[in-house]
Amino acid sequence: MNPDLRKERASATFNPELITHILDGSPENTRRRREIENLILNDPDFQHEDYNFLTRSQRYEVAVKKSATMVKKMRDFGISDPDEIMWFKKLQLVNFVEPVGLHYSMFIPTLLNQGTTAQQEKWLHPSNELQIIGTYAQTEMGHGTHLRGLETTATYDPKTQEFIINSPTVTSIKWWPGGLGKTSNHAIVLAQLITQGKNYGLHAFIVPIREFGTHKPLPGITVGDIGPKFGYEEMDNGFLKMDNYRIPRENMLMKYAQVKPDGTYVKPLNNKLTYGTMVFVRSYLVGEAARSLSKACTIAIRYSAVRRQSEIKPGEPEPQILDFQTQQYKLFPLLATAYAFHFVGKYMKETYYRVNEDINRGDLSELPELHALTAGVKAFTTWIVNAGIEECRMACGGHGYSHSSGIPNIYVTFTPACTFEGENTVMMLQMARFLMKSYDQVHSGKLVCGMVSYLNDLPSQRIQPQQVAVWQTMVDINSLDSLTEAYKRRAARLVEIAAKNLQAEQSRRKSKEVAWNLASVDLVRASEAHCYFVVVKLFLEKVSKIQDKAVQAVLRNLCFLYTLYGISQKAGDFLEGNIMTGAQMMQVNQRILELLAVIRPNAVALVDAFDFKDLTLGSVLGRYDGNVYENLFEWAKKSPLNKTEVHESFHKHLKPLQSKL
Amino acid sequence: MRSPVHRVSLGDAWSSRVHPDIDSERRTQSFDVERLTNLLDGGVENTMLRRKVESIIRNDPAFSLRGHYSMTQNELYEAAVRRRFHLEMVARRLGWPKDGRERDYAYRAVSGNLNLTLQDVFLNALRSLGSDEQIAKWDQLCQDYQIITSYAQTELGHGTYLKGLETEAIYDPATQEFVIHSPTITATKWWPGDIGRSATHVLVLAQLICSGAQRGMHAFIVPIRSLEDHTPLPGITVGDIGPKMEMENIDNGFLRLDRVRIPRENMLNRFAQVSPDGTYKRLGTEQSNYFGMVVTRVKILAHGALHDLQKACVISVRYSAVRRQSRLRPSDPEVKILDFQAQQQKLFPQLALSYAFHFLATSLLELLDRSYGSILSGDFRCLPELHALSTGVKAMITDLCAQGAEVCRRACGGHGYSKLSGLPTLVNRATAACTYEGENTVLYLQMARFLVKNYLKARLSPGATSQQPLPLSVAYLTAPDLARCPAQTATDFLCPELYTAAWAHVATRLIKNAAHDAQTLTQSGADQQEALNQTALLQLQAAKAHCYYITVKTFKEAVERLDNEPANQEVLWRLCHLSALHGILTNSGDFLHDGFLSGAQVDMARTAYLDLLPQIRKDAVLLTDAFDFTDQCLNSALGCYDGNVYERLFQWAQESPTNTQKNPAYEKYIRPLVQRRTARL
Repeated sequence: MNPDLRKERASATFNPELITHILDGSPENTRRRREIENLILNDPDFQHEDYNFLTRSQRYEVAVKKSATMVKKMRDFGISDPDEIMWFKKLQLVNFVEPVGLHYSMFIPTLLNQGTTAQQEKWLHPSNELQIIGTYAQTEMGHGTHLRGLETTATYDPKTQEFIINSPTVTSIKWWPGGLGKTSNHAIVLAQLITQGKNYGLHAFIVPIREFGTHKPLPGITVGDIGPKFGYEEMDNGFLKMDNYRIPRENMLMKYAQVKPDGTYVKPLNNKLTYGTMVFVRSYLVGEAARSLSKACTIAIRYSAVRRQSEIKPGEPEPQILDFQTQQYKLFPLLATAYAFHFVGKYMKETYYRVNEDINRGDLSELPELHALTAGVKAFTTWIVNAGIEECRMACGGHGYSHSSGIPNIYVTFTPACTFEGENTVMMLQMARFLMKSYDQVHSGKLVCGMVSYLNDLPSQRIQPQQVAVWQTMVDINSLDSLTEAYKRRAARLVEIAAKNLQAEQSRRKSKEVAWNLASVDLVRASEAHCYFVVVKLFLEKVSKIQDKAVQAVLRNLCFLYTLYGISQKAGDFLEGNIMTGAQMMQVNQRILELLAVIRPNAVALVDAFDFKDLTLGSVLGRYDGNVYENLFEWAKKSPLNKTEVHESFHKHLKPLQSKL
Repeated sequence: MRSPVHRVSLGDAWSSRVHPDIDSERRTQSFDVERLTNLLDGGVENTMLRRKVESIIRNDPAFSLRGHYSMTQNELYEAAVRRRFHLEMVARRLGWPKDGRERDYAYRAVSGNLNLTLQDVFLNALRSLGSDEQIAKWDQLCQDYQIITSYAQTELGHGTYLKGLETEAIYDPATQEFVIHSPTITATKWWPGDIGRSATHVLVLAQLICSGAQRGMHAFIVPIRSLEDHTPLPGITVGDIGPKMEMENIDNGFLRLDRVRIPRENMLNRFAQVSPDGTYKRLGTEQSNYFGMVVTRVKILAHGALHDLQKACVISVRYSAVRRQSRLRPSDPEVKILDFQAQQQKLFPQLALSYAFHFLATSLLELLDRSYGSILSGDFRCLPELHALSTGVKAMITDLCAQGAEVCRRACGGHGYSKLSGLPTLVNRATAACTYEGENTVLYLQMARFLVKNYLKARLSPGATSQQPLPLSVAYLTAPDLARCPAQTATDFLCPELYTAAWAHVATRLIKNAAHDAQTLTQSGADQQEALNQTALLQLQAAKAHCYYITVKTFKEAVERLDNEPANQEVLWRLCHLSALHGILTNSGDFLHDGFLSGAQVDMARTAYLDLLPQIRKDAVLLTDAFDFTDQCLNSALGCYDGNVYERLFQWAQESPTNTQKNPAYEKYIRPLVQRRTARL
């Protein structure tokens, strides 16, 4: 092991294993996760080449091969618990990208959620056996998050009892679904249902797209890969054009809405029920955001402990770059953020399961807040993580740009999370809609509950919004409770400003939508402030519950750093709202610098606690043993350009250039 | 003259018809787009020359970028060398002058997809650090490609901190040679472009050791490949450093030197000389050997990352004018996403900055031109300011261009993730600029040192400054400062003097803080280096504020000069206002901190900012047209001039090798999976 890293590990003030247990949920979970990871690490069938040296086509092939092997192995290993499947896949798929991914995450769950018992009997077995490989085709070339704008139609023909699925325009071509291009033979297609001359909105249909046996596209189907992307090279994101393509009536998923053989439409009982999957996926994404940032932090922090550069004191050996204040200021707030988001992700997942049980009992009361919260927090966390990964990469200097660092891959794999499952700005505005509703409710004299209950305390009934004197208690920057309170005030203030500006616009314009658009910058700001408060609050709650003294002390420091750093980044909001003074802001900045120095000795142990295997990190710079430079040189030698000593381009182009003079 | 659509288009099936949604954006023109293009080009004759070169490139299939995004590293490299070769043949045929602008325009027209670009860095260094005899010997050889040159500075273990470089050049008076050596694995030269597979001669930066003493970093011309068969010369280990985020067309390389001997004459000796017996003589200052880097840094500002941001603006603004999504009123058709305030707030600050940085980069180039001659002749008085500006401004431009390009990419929703949009490539290129030619944090800190030094000079000896004035860019440090901003309405924030003064105030305050805190630390016993590290964040903040101030000020002065073009002046004023206010609002804490702005004033600034958005909205597409990038160099299915986004995206996707070649996984893996049941039956 690199001596610098060994020293770092020896000097930690706490046992990282304890944090690993907390992150996994229990020591037992940690044990089982490692057991599963070792199955993969020790299995020769899972050894594979470094993706970075493969062409796109080769990467796709390796990914499909892995999926095929995986189905068999999971059966052999007896892995069926959803969490365990996740552990298995996360280690085995470096980027967690697999062409059959949507088959498991969307196709089968949709079948289960929206298919009748008869439909499940018919489709589920072959799907579980992978004779049917399915995907989920929602977005179109011209339409994304705004679902009502989708153009694909499913017109019912009572004569033959079939639906005619059609892509009427170029913009209506299904675009982006994973696994659609080359892998899947079926797709669940979302289309506008038209029966008896009337459009009933979006419904889901099972559409066979490739022929069994030959895997050729069926007549009427045009399907293919959408070409090269920023990342996700292993994935065949696809396009699908359907040309008056007929499917039997039974292929419409009819657990809720139905079309009778004569074409009569039967309405579903409750539309909100279909929100479930969306809420689930978004809350899951928060956890993934934390994970991706944790990986990037692990790489950047380990490398910063190994890399030596420049001088702090003349004549002394070059210091580890982790000793530079600027480097700490880049990385430690992100480390704190990774921990914060990890706990938020856990909370979202637990809340989802709790609310889901309520829903199953018919109690939908908490659904609106959960729906808004998952939308907003998904956008909030993915935006920050997106920027954070890039920050980690740049903190690795030039080598961060090489694929050997592994961070470019983490970035390009993660960044779609800002767009998919709901474009982030749209998500923030969805949360804002909930906040505005809550604000109106308080305004009309009713109390609100949940995370927005601070709106009950708004002094807004007073005529001047500036009169926040009621709250004019001094923020104590050494108290996490007091700091959380400061975030709460900021959120309350920005929600109120957005609400007032919205009202002002509404009184000036006829259309509510136009007013909404003209207030949207303020609305997004309000949502962001609310999310920030939620994260701070949840982080503090979690840290307070930790038993082990040493661990709690370390995490408290991270919680302080997260909270204070956020205040200094958004200083304008806190100063403008008279929540804090300029003098306090100086103290905040001073305290941040102190915290950086306090966290410094534990930095490497804190990323070790994430417990990523080198295989998962896929990084030469972030290796556990810290032997960076030797391995970087070895890695580079594998580059395809190094296959021959003299590249063929020399003879073709360079030599003539030199001689034709 | 032919219409823009013919001039810039790809000439494919959709070019003949302009999409009505983008056509309508161009129908009413509140300003003269062509004049703005001329201004950006630096004169109408430059615009004409550029378009002439672009049409040559466009009409020559050898320069095509079709299929670019699906190529492997090897293919990209070869295509880039092929284009370079072809370009040189064209240049010789047409007799393009060696130092003319034609090659720059050609580089722009193929969107930088060329190889052998490090030649320019080599030449910059040779001309700044080499003696007249050395220039006479090597310059022509290099320009004629008799030798293929590159520049090797960074090492596996060392980057921006040059003093830490480990490669050694030990002078051997017995043979009058330098022995160039890589003593450790971390000393391996790493990253230099064109080294991996192409270069024959490399300018190696190494620690000079002669007469038993370390003399610091110097530059040496080292032959690395045979001019006969291109194989590495004895003692040389060289190769490609492997896959990167982008710039796969360039063979960034590694280079290990095992006691390679080169003649004494191969050390560049304008500012330092080693005589045959090994006596060392310094002719310049310690900084003068960095002059080559300064020159290169300034020269890449005007294209480099700035072009990436400008192109990202073109693509995302045009696409936002064509993309329709959701409705503002239930009865209306879906709206152009460019009409959403949230979208405008993402894109227009980027557009404003891409203009602001143009004027900033241009002014820095002019400064370089003015001082180049005197520095070469040994007058180093203006070097510190030039050096400081080249560091801070480079850091600011590349940082904000990289972030801005990514904002533009994400503003295009899912399609921004497709390489066919062109945006991922732009983002990945812009981001590379944040580390090459100096890591940005380190560069900001270098600028901060210059600021603190001048601040202290002005404060400690106020009398002396009257005889020896502060360099122009920091003159404001001694100017009288306002304690409070006088703005009373939102409209007051549209006054250039007002916001420039606001930025000057914040920059002064932060520089003062950094200087005082460092002083306090040293007075309480910390040594100077430790004090610098302890106050690094303050310095960083100070340097950033100063750079933003310079940006706003330069933009303001450039717009003021347009008095004879009121329409163009007006449209640029809006961008100037927006860039200044965008900066104030994203850093409002710094302005509120000491009460310079009150909360109410920040609200006014926000109102002024939001009111600018719909005004810029009207001109947005035309403002991006004015950059006058050809469709070929944008190479984007989303960003073409004609706005036919979807048809082109579908066509380009279908041409992807994943669709034209056989599915490699089907027979081997998918078929056995799918047909298991059949097999079992």
